[in-house]
Amino acid sequence: MLLSILMDMSLAIMGAGIGSGLVAIGAGLGIGRIGGSAMEAMARQPEAAGRVQTAMLVIAALIEVIALFGVVVCFLISLKG
Amino acid sequence: MEPINMIKSLLSQLSKHLKIKVLLVFAIASAVTVESVASDDSEEFNPGEMINHHIMDSHVWEIWHGMNVYLPVIIYSEEKGIESFSSANFFDADHNAIPYNGYVMDHDHITLASGDHVLDFSITKNVLFLFIDAGLLLLIFFAVARGYKKNVGKAPKGIQSFFEPIIIFVRDEIVKPNIGPKYERYLPYMLTLFFFIWFGNLLGLLPGAANLTGNIAVTLVLALLTLVITTFSGNKNYWGHIFNTPGVPFALKPIIVPVEIIGIFTKPISLMIRLFVAITAGHIVILSLLSLTFIFHSYLVGIGSTLVVTFINFIELLVATIQAYVFTMFSSLYIGMAVEEHH
Repeated sequence: MLLSILMDMSLAIMGAGIGSGLVAIGAGLGIGRIGGSAMEAMARQPEAAGRVQTAMLVIAALIEVIALFGVVVCFLISLKG
Repeated sequence: MEPINMIKSLLSQLSKHLKIKVLLVFAIASAVTVESVASDDSEEFNPGEMINHHIMDSHVWEIWHGMNVYLPVIIYSEEKGIESFSSANFFDADHNAIPYNGYVMDHDHITLASGDHVLDFSITKNVLFLFIDAGLLLLIFFAVARGYKKNVGKAPKGIQSFFEPIIIFVRDEIVKPNIGPKYERYLPYMLTLFFFIWFGNLLGLLPGAANLTGNIAVTLVLALLTLVITTFSGNKNYWGHIFNTPGVPFALKPIIVPVEIIGIFTKPISLMIRLFVAITAGHIVILSLLSLTFIFHSYLVGIGSTLVVTFINFIELLVATIQAYVFTMFSSLYIGMAVEEHH
């Protein structure tokens, strides 16, 4: 019984889908926080808007890579199916 | 100029020059994809296999469906020594894989017919694009360097005026603030790194091109270069921080020192993984959205996914630049930590 569940590839694919969804939630929270803080910073100091925007883009790119880890893992698992 | 405005103006300049070409390329790309998948209608369309085929290295450069460039195979085995021949020998007239001269190729992995391993030094698609990337760098930057010799004290001309703001950006915004006063020694490496990765990323976005910077071996070598330079330029202060971390109680040293030693290696590993994943996943996302059309067999989905893919492609242009920027910035940050003086 347990073995048949463990060997079932469709469950693994479902797991990959759920996992990449969770990663997307995390990345969304992260980028949302960065975006919110950057907007606040720009509103407080409009003269520093350019510098804030650059820093925001770089950090958003770092978080995006984490979200893309989810894509790669999901892709690799679904390939096995 | 603010860096972000500069990136924007660069992109708009680039898009002006490339607008027509890009449109043409998109048109060709979409036409080719439809044709290539429509032609084998009898088989079930397998998006995973198609995507894997696009992001992996190969001995055959498939420019578009049916137009193949067979690249040279160079292999070494203990029994047969070094041998070199065209990869076309592995295919019959109908493009089915066949054994050749005692070698077997299965999914671009060459072994002896007996199943033994061979060392593969072939000029694969990725190696070819590595050469193209390096050739582009040499061509462009020798031209830029000639421009600086000719126009001393004058305004830059031609291709020189396109690259001058980018070079100044790398120097003033990435290398100088992160490395500090000794930045000039490392500037040539940093500029090479930035332009190599940037050009590699952009080349990879062209249809039919190899996924050069999305290959973990390429990013491994780039990260290794940074590791070697960091290690050899580390001063007393840097090694002191690792082996005799100041301000840490003696009892904690057995824990801190191994962590610091692991830290030497995790830095380049994070560089390697970040570039690899960002570029490979970008390609996977584009191709997955494109294959929605063929999964749903619908023109409506095709129009929608084309629009989304076009949008993602523009994001990928941005990602190509940002990843080159991030790789160069973290490399200079690590080197900056190694050469920092005590304060």
